Amino acid sequence: MILDSKTPEGPIKDKWTNHKNNINVVGPANKRNIDIIVVGTGLAGGSASASLAEMGYNVKSFCYQDSPRRAHSIAAQGGINAAKNYQNDGDSIYRLFYDTVKGGDYRAREANVYRLAEVSVNIIDQCVAQGVPFARDYGGLLDNRSFGGVLVSRTFYARGQTGQQLLLGAYSAMNRQIAKGKISMYNRHEMVELVKVDGKARGIIARNLITGDLERHSAHAVVIASGGYGNVFFLSTNAMGSNATAAWKIHRNGAFFANPCYTQIHPTCIPRSGENQSKLTLMSESLRNDGRIWVPKNLKDAELIRQKKLKPTELKEEDRDYYLERRYPAFGNLVPRDVASRAAKERCDAGHGVNFTGEAVYLDFSAAIQRYGNEKALILGIKDPNLEKVIELGEAVVKEKYGNLFQMYEKIVAENPYKTPMMIYPAVHYTMGGVWVDYNLMTTIPGCYCIGEANFSDHGANRLGASALMQGLADGYFVLPYTIGDYLASDIRTGPISIEAKEFEIAEQKVSSTIDKLISIKGDKTVDYFHKRLGKIMWEFVGMARSESGLKHAIKEIKDIRDEFWTSVNIPGEKNELNQELEKAGRVADFLELGELFAKDALERTESAGGHFREESQTKEGEALRNDNDFAFTSAWEFVGEPSEAILHKEHLEFNDIELKQRSYK
Amino acid sequence: MDLTLKVWRQKNSKAKGKIETYNITEISEHSSFLEMMDVLNNKLINDGIEPIAFDHDCREGICGMCSMYINGQAHGPDRGTTTCQLHMRSFNDGETIYIEPWRSKSMPVIKDLVVDRSAFDRIQQAGGFVSVNTSGNTQDANAVPIPKANADKAFDAAACIGCAACVATCKNSSAMLFVAAKVSQYSYLPQGEVEAKDRVVNMVNQMDKEGFGNCTNTGACEVECPKGISLEYIARMNREYISATISSEKK
Repeated sequence: MILDSKTPEGPIKDKWTNHKNNINVVGPANKRNIDIIVVGTGLAGGSASASLAEMGYNVKSFCYQDSPRRAHSIAAQGGINAAKNYQNDGDSIYRLFYDTVKGGDYRAREANVYRLAEVSVNIIDQCVAQGVPFARDYGGLLDNRSFGGVLVSRTFYARGQTGQQLLLGAYSAMNRQIAKGKISMYNRHEMVELVKVDGKARGIIARNLITGDLERHSAHAVVIASGGYGNVFFLSTNAMGSNATAAWKIHRNGAFFANPCYTQIHPTCIPRSGENQSKLTLMSESLRNDGRIWVPKNLKDAELIRQKKLKPTELKEEDRDYYLERRYPAFGNLVPRDVASRAAKERCDAGHGVNFTGEAVYLDFSAAIQRYGNEKALILGIKDPNLEKVIELGEAVVKEKYGNLFQMYEKIVAENPYKTPMMIYPAVHYTMGGVWVDYNLMTTIPGCYCIGEANFSDHGANRLGASALMQGLADGYFVLPYTIGDYLASDIRTGPISIEAKEFEIAEQKVSSTIDKLISIKGDKTVDYFHKRLGKIMWEFVGMARSESGLKHAIKEIKDIRDEFWTSVNIPGEKNELNQELEKAGRVADFLELGELFAKDALERTESAGGHFREESQTKEGEALRNDNDFAFTSAWEFVGEPSEAILHKEHLEFNDIELKQRSYK
Repeated sequence: MDLTLKVWRQKNSKAKGKIETYNITEISEHSSFLEMMDVLNNKLINDGIEPIAFDHDCREGICGMCSMYINGQAHGPDRGTTTCQLHMRSFNDGETIYIEPWRSKSMPVIKDLVVDRSAFDRIQQAGGFVSVNTSGNTQDANAVPIPKANADKAFDAAACIGCAACVATCKNSSAMLFVAAKVSQYSYLPQGEVEAKDRVVNMVNQMDKEGFGNCTNTGACEVECPKGISLEYIARMNREYISATISSEKK
């Protein structure tokens, strides 16, 4: 099978407009007779559900949480990019497109990224119209800030809670359609299987998480918007329930899975503290606007700090190594995430780490506090303020900008980040890889679409900050609602899809027997035990640095853990009730397969690119070294039984509008 | 830390619940409260006892899913904190901790500590939105300037995470703070103006229909709210409601 991206012909700036003008459209009267299932209610799923319902389709939306408002998009902190050029710093659609392709280390599909940049401006307009309270300046106009890998200010934000505000905007748009009966909302439901009829996606099997009942739901198209698979690492910044099950089920049913090894390790997270830790907490990248990252220059000082015999504030300026500013003078603390994460690991591996585990670096706001304090004193007309006053004024400004993040840090670490530098370390945050989709966001299964983080499409090998929210909403508000019509136009005479069809019967049977099997194992180990073991292997061998021998070891280990899981997991309780252990077990079973494919993909790609760093492929300075001759393609894996047997298909990437070159942020 | 836990156990919505006692040892004071619950659940499973069902998801204080009543306080003893952000350093070694679900007629228990908060969704569906369709042709985001003070106040109201601690903590099981937060967010923004009257009337009517109690200004909700939503918004909603019912044709 040859992968066809269906990228439209013509100059890049006209592709999307021409495509929209030429694809099929479903008439208003026919939309009423067409059902669409949307799985997941984050930014992508929520915005798609609302938009499709507004257009007149009958939408059925599913989420595992108790309300669509709780999808993990809610936790996105920093902001959303848009090429508005409100700051007059030379931003443009082309520049956003260029930054995103470069930031992704030239492993994304050009046409998709250009479209993303194009619709980015509409997203901000739409969200403001919905009543999203973005940050504003004193003139009442929208404020912006900068994010990593970029030299302009194009990030719109709502304090440190941008994801929350955007999601509540999409949720409010959904609510309006739920009230009208155009969206049927299924809370506390989890998709556990895809149903195909005549090769087309025609429905799902969902488990009602309260009663345990398996339900059949039919539709003319199925949209997967279930987010990323970062929890394959057990510890990540994802929510506890974030899972890959919906995406994995469609993969098992014929949807190719692309670039699983492209995973984002975010540089600024609160370091690990102990064995029973359940998740890692992100400190927004926006903090790198004002925070300076450093470690002690001398190993002796680092040792004393780890033993708590020396305080970071006592260390003289010349004894600190601001390693990002030193290595990357042009971008400084605002290099892209993959670069910042590797640099932190490099310093800590060299013995400069600053907490008891040796895995932490400082993020210091003292310079920013003084700078803002002096500015504020000037504005208030305070002449020659003393240091105390400057710090007081400066802290107030920093609080205004990042208050909730500082508060969150203090609650978790029990240290005051206004007075002593924050400690941070990289953690798994986002997965650029995901289900392969064409330009229309359709998977390799006809009628099955995949949007948001769940797909692979726009971020290449590394995502820039504030681009996840942009992509989720672009897919859901402005791309899928158009492209899905092209497919559904041929379905206007199909009529309702019957859930009595034998395909539904078979799919339900399959799910039912899997659940029975899981429950009947009654082994001696908990689900968490297996999940943690998987996570440790993933972090150690498939994390920030990967090597051939490590990956081969990981593949074998993961398979062993999977075999052991299916013989000795212990799931208490019944299937016909709220059973959170059973829910977790189903998700971990899928992670145990996905993890193996992930490692296989990483083994196959012997180059380094973005978040994927192969130790064998680096420059003299230790930067990721791409191999464009052999690897300028997207890896799309076909499931044929076992992850180890997955078949690799390649979508070759063409760069016609951007010159392929080694990334530099120096 | 060694702790004695008194936990509400209830098989399902129809079963009768009761407090069970569990002992747990060697808990790190750096653990979060929910990590302590994880440890307890893994211990229970290994002891052949069904683990305790509880709602949780993001574990960073923003999704609003976690919902425990700890030692008689919604989200436990700390201020401005959800249960997932509460850490064991807030407790003492040897302490006995009572853990119960939210208690409100409008939010019945589903199992153990899990409650049904769908009433909140239905209130939002009654009017918690601006009626604007998705379109690539909305006016430019900067076409209407919004005074910073208003945008900030709208944000403060919009910070509500819908956890229902306000209801759980109120002696009247009132949802006024939750509803007022949404009504107020839109009332500070020009985008919300067109539907302001219908919105407040419809949302308040739905709130009443769900069986939530009235507000008697004890202010407990503001104290327990993990996001510090101000009681002033309730006053603002009342003003909006009164003016809407006087001038609008809707009652």
